[in-house]
Amino acid sequence: MSDISMIEAVLLTIITASTPLLLAAIGELVVERSGVLNLGVEGMMIVGAVIGFAATQATGSPYVGIVAAMLAGIAMSVLFGFLTLNLMTNQVATGLALTILGLGLSGMIGEAFIGQPGISLKPIAIPGLSEIPFVGSLLFNQDILVYTSYGLVIAVYLVLFKSRTGLIIRAVGDNHSSAHALGYSVISVRYLAVMFGGACAGLAGAYLSLIYTPQWVEGMTAGRGWIALALVVFASWRPARALVGAYLFGAVSILQFHAQAAGIGLPTQLMSALPYLATIVVLIVISRNKNLAKVNTPACLGKPFVPDR
Amino acid sequence: MRIELVKRAEHSQTMTVVSPLIAIALTLVCGSILFAAMGYNPVEALYAYFIEPLTTSWSIEELLVKAGPLILIAVGLSVCFLSNSWNIGAEGQFTMGAVAGSVIPVLFYDYTGVMALPLMIVMGVLGGMAWASIPAFLKVRFGTNEILTSLMLVYIAQYILDFLVRGPWRDPDGFNFPESRLFDAAHVLPKIGEGRLHIGMIFAVIAVLAVWWMLSRTLKGFEIKVMGETPRAGRFAGFSSKGVIWFGFLVSGGLAGLAGMAEVSGSIEQLTPVISPGYGFTAIIVAFLGRLNPVGILFAGLLLGLSYIGGEAAQVSLGLTDKITRVFQGMLLFFVLACDTLILYKFKVVSNAKRIKEAANV
Repeated sequence: MSDISMIEAVLLTIITASTPLLLAAIGELVVERSGVLNLGVEGMMIVGAVIGFAATQATGSPYVGIVAAMLAGIAMSVLFGFLTLNLMTNQVATGLALTILGLGLSGMIGEAFIGQPGISLKPIAIPGLSEIPFVGSLLFNQDILVYTSYGLVIAVYLVLFKSRTGLIIRAVGDNHSSAHALGYSVISVRYLAVMFGGACAGLAGAYLSLIYTPQWVEGMTAGRGWIALALVVFASWRPARALVGAYLFGAVSILQFHAQAAGIGLPTQLMSALPYLATIVVLIVISRNKNLAKVNTPACLGKPFVPDR
Repeated sequence: MRIELVKRAEHSQTMTVVSPLIAIALTLVCGSILFAAMGYNPVEALYAYFIEPLTTSWSIEELLVKAGPLILIAVGLSVCFLSNSWNIGAEGQFTMGAVAGSVIPVLFYDYTGVMALPLMIVMGVLGGMAWASIPAFLKVRFGTNEILTSLMLVYIAQYILDFLVRGPWRDPDGFNFPESRLFDAAHVLPKIGEGRLHIGMIFAVIAVLAVWWMLSRTLKGFEIKVMGETPRAGRFAGFSSKGVIWFGFLVSGGLAGLAGMAEVSGSIEQLTPVISPGYGFTAIIVAFLGRLNPVGILFAGLLLGLSYIGGEAAQVSLGLTDKITRVFQGMLLFFVLACDTLILYKFKVVSNAKRIKEAANV
């Protein structure tokens, strides 16, 4: 194998590893910008993964699977929304509950699918562009979810920072009382944001069970939902930085495979623990810079809103 | 017409007791719907799941074996949660407690003196504390989010255990199975009675009493509650927020470590790659279901212990998947949180006519 094609192969696997992280992180970023902390990303993601797989097996079409995974993520997020937004429960505890429930549900639903070969989503080559050497196959011969992830980064950036809708979302996240006084429905805005986050987490799950490893494996999210949460902090709630962060993490998790394959004499367990270690290190580095965190953290993050009618 | 939540002037005492019961009832109702949807007779399935295990002494004993670690971990977590620190990595502290507690039986297996077990207990506690002190230190020193760090450490702890039992700590006579050597009799916690029940359950009861006493009778307990509810007021009173964070993490980590040590020394009697069916996470449910109250946690731990045993029993008698255990546990936590709203708020049905009248009066 020539050096170029070797690099190309590594980069391709990095894209595969990064996409689920990016999808989940960009959704959670919007949720947190609206002032809600949904720690249930892992739970929504794994339910998305199993439902996406199940729907694909049932219909033979991965595209149906993707839509089903999105809907499953939304359904989970509505459950979270009802508790935290209507019943004003503690968001941290409710997010944890969502994760525990999601892991349980996915295990139960997925039991019938263990060991079944899945149907993989095929890449879509963009005519013309995909024939460019090197760059073409990397960027323009991907599956629809990779394109979606890039599209989402741009769309979320434009909506959050260049549109009126974004102003409302950020106002709700930074000062819900003022937003309420101005006549915006804090609860509705947050519901929509939470549902968007659910849809994105569902997509991330579908990516895992339809492309990353096209089969159902119990607990296949393996903490990626939590890493996505850390990525949002790493990105200081900015979409472009989430993209960079997701690819950094994707690279770390892929390099460990290549290092293992290359026979570097470190225990495999140490290499497998690397992404989690990296998450901790990144969180420390970010939190050391107090100003960065202060400027960008949505001021009402995690605080319940009780309207004083 | 719409339904509004109205904040109560005071916490409802009745609801504090009643809301977990409502949550359990709702979980059972949802459970029967689930069973019916899966094609089982709900009454039969619920009986097999929740009642049948209580009819034989063998399974009651097994229930206590499962409830022990849950209660130990949850009592520690309640201290942490009350002080508004979110240690959700108890599973990792449990694992590291088990690893540290196994140093003597695996590496110094020749040492079978009287002090072996007490030393193992101390090392288990210290192992859990050490692992919990990482997120505590990072939170106090850098303000790093403890939820994410403590959770990431769970995965790392599991890889450390995996590395040890497949590598340096693997039983030399174990035909290459990923297991440590079997513990010597001197390194196994004493049993209570003839069966599998060991004194880990007694540790749990002691922990419940100690934490109850600490929370209700000492200044430290008061400090924890004040810092959890109104940190600003606490700082005016001269309480240290960093001290409370450290205290919460060390107590919860230490008890989780003790639970881990008791599990390997009392139940498994060797180290294996997987030593816990998610006790550290289930204990979070136990802590909330018990309303972060040590006595409540005792009962909640027994109930969640039953959910493990019931899952196994229903698998044997009805062929139900044991995965349903986790679903039950997740549903239960959801309902517990939802019903807690009743303690702080009451529901008010507001009719349209009344709303118009109210608006006119303003």
